[in-house]
Amino acid sequence: MKRVYVNEKWCLGCHLCEYYCAFANTGMKDMAKALCNLEIRPRIRIEEQDDISFAVSCRHCDEPLCVKSCITGALSRENGVIVIDSDKCVGCFTCILACPYGAISQSETGAIQKCELCAKTNDGIPQCVAGCPNGAIVFEDRG
Amino acid sequence: MKYLIIGNSAAAVGAVEGIRQIDKSGQITVISSEPHHTYSRPLISYLLLGKTDRQKMRYRPDDFYSVNGCECIFGKNVLSINVKNKTVSLDDGRSICYDKLLIATGSVPFIPETEGQEKVKNSFTFMSLDDADALGKAINAGSRVLIIGAGLIGLKCAEGIAGRVKSITVVDLSDRVLSSILDAEGSEILGRHIESKGISFILGQSVLRYGENEALLSKGGSVPFDVLVTAVGVRPNTSLLSAIEPSYERGIVTDDEMHTVIPDVYAAGDCTQSLDVSSGKNRVLALLPNAYRQGECAGISMAGGKKPFDRAVPMNAIGFFGLHVVTAGSYTGEVFERKAEGSYKKLFYDKGFLKGFIMIGDVNKAGIYTSLIQNGIPLSDIDFELVCEKPSLMAFSRKYRDEKLGGVRQ
Ligand SMILES: Cc1cc2nc3c(=O)[nH]c(=O)nc-3n(C[C@H](O)[C@H](O)[C@H](O)COP(=O)(O)OP(=O)(O)OC[C@H]3O[C@@H](n4cnc5c(N)ncnc54)[C@H](O)[C@@H]3O)c2cc1C
Repeated sequence: MKRVYVNEKWCLGCHLCEYYCAFANTGMKDMAKALCNLEIRPRIRIEEQDDISFAVSCRHCDEPLCVKSCITGALSRENGVIVIDSDKCVGCFTCILACPYGAISQSETGAIQKCELCAKTNDGIPQCVAGCPNGAIVFEDRG
Repeated sequence: MKYLIIGNSAAAVGAVEGIRQIDKSGQITVISSEPHHTYSRPLISYLLLGKTDRQKMRYRPDDFYSVNGCECIFGKNVLSINVKNKTVSLDDGRSICYDKLLIATGSVPFIPETEGQEKVKNSFTFMSLDDADALGKAINAGSRVLIIGAGLIGLKCAEGIAGRVKSITVVDLSDRVLSSILDAEGSEILGRHIESKGISFILGQSVLRYGENEALLSKGGSVPFDVLVTAVGVRPNTSLLSAIEPSYERGIVTDDEMHTVIPDVYAAGDCTQSLDVSSGKNRVLALLPNAYRQGECAGISMAGGKKPFDRAVPMNAIGFFGLHVVTAGSYTGEVFERKAEGSYKKLFYDKGFLKGFIMIGDVNKAGIYTSLIQNGIPLSDIDFELVCEKPSLMAFSRKYRDEKLGGVRQ
């Protein structure tokens, strides 16, 4: 399946992926309006230190510890993509405790949020990748 | 192939999904004494709280059994297993045969014998959906509730009913709350937080004797109550096998494919012991993630595949009245500590490996710590100072990141 991969050496640390991610999940048309005065909660996050930076988002693992650990059944795999049913999630954060990459976070509703490869919002075209100016994140099928 | 599963909770669901990864057509029968679609047991307190409902708390979709081709026998108890004839007998007189049997019977509440307990009319445990329903019916805005046990289940029960009763008093023999998963300081923080929500604690005491509406305490004094909840702990439900293997009292022993010593009999979940890699000791890890993963491994193995169950550690993620707590592993060795307004973190490391941690308040990216414990990653391979301050992939080698984030095959 196609996944988001990171080319660390190309990452400029510009954080645009975070903005595109947050915007994609607002469902609005105008980015400036959507994000105006908003503390964004993107599902992809840049880690940076000195001159190193890279983006981290869900790996959609073959052995998804988050799904297996989820106490409510809110996390599941649909066509390879690990998705969250926010209605079922009670925000216990067992998945945050289980994810080896720190790729799951709390949403403003108290439920968790994570990258769903824009499957629900943008026809499965990850907006972080589309918006990355330097090809530092790519969406590819590597088997 | 006829698969028979006793139990219908996390371990059983894991087993059904495990079997179907390998065997799409074998006959699966699921037997449970609870007359319900599989539900998330930890959510019973959220149900009382109104944060979920019966539909949302279903652990798998409505069509789970039909999609997976399972025959369900719910509301029936398995009384015994005949390992020679490969049959189990039910309380309705039926006998069901199997080729492969999974015991996923979970936990039972431990109830200490206390003088006068038979006098208490409104006495409950807090383990099942039916328990939650019964408790929900018994309480009202005037109820004084006494909960015995300041562990995970007792405190979750307290949170679930806090807004619906007059008062809640929690008594525990230990001198601090949640003593099985927190250190003294963590207990203090959490205890104070829960107290601030109006719940009273009487710690370091036990109940000497019950009257109909009163508990006499070990160090003197008494607590009047209308409703009693006993939540002092759980025991592995090994009764079906302890008739055959008396040594299973403290959790059924299996190999790493969840096979017991009895041919074609497997066990998974709360009823078993597993190897805790953080301590190197076998123990009962009565936790849902463990139960699911064991069930899945058992299912795969029953269907002829191979997926060893390993890398088990105790891990808890739990919130009380908005304060989040995550913990994992064992609390041995040297300690790294960070405290800030509203958050508390302690890491325990020994001989170059992370062994355990406690985080209260800020639980962000805690799984990075869990993975260090589970995978036994030597701290010399990472920037330990950085990871102590902040769980991050930055602390790992470039090679690790290229592999995990960049998809580079090593
Ligand atoms: C209030 C509460 C809160 C919890 N919170 C958390 C949490 O936050 N995180 C966490 O990880 N864990 C939590 N747990 C623990 C978690 O629920 C268990 O670890 C998990 O449910 C274990 O799953 P299991 O499949 O092994 O067994 P169980 O869920 O115990 O299910 C066993 C099933 O087998 C059935 N059964 C037993 N014997 C027979 C028989 N002879 N015949 C037929 N059927 C039988 C039982 O009726 C039951 O339905 C909590 C538990 C409780 C009670």
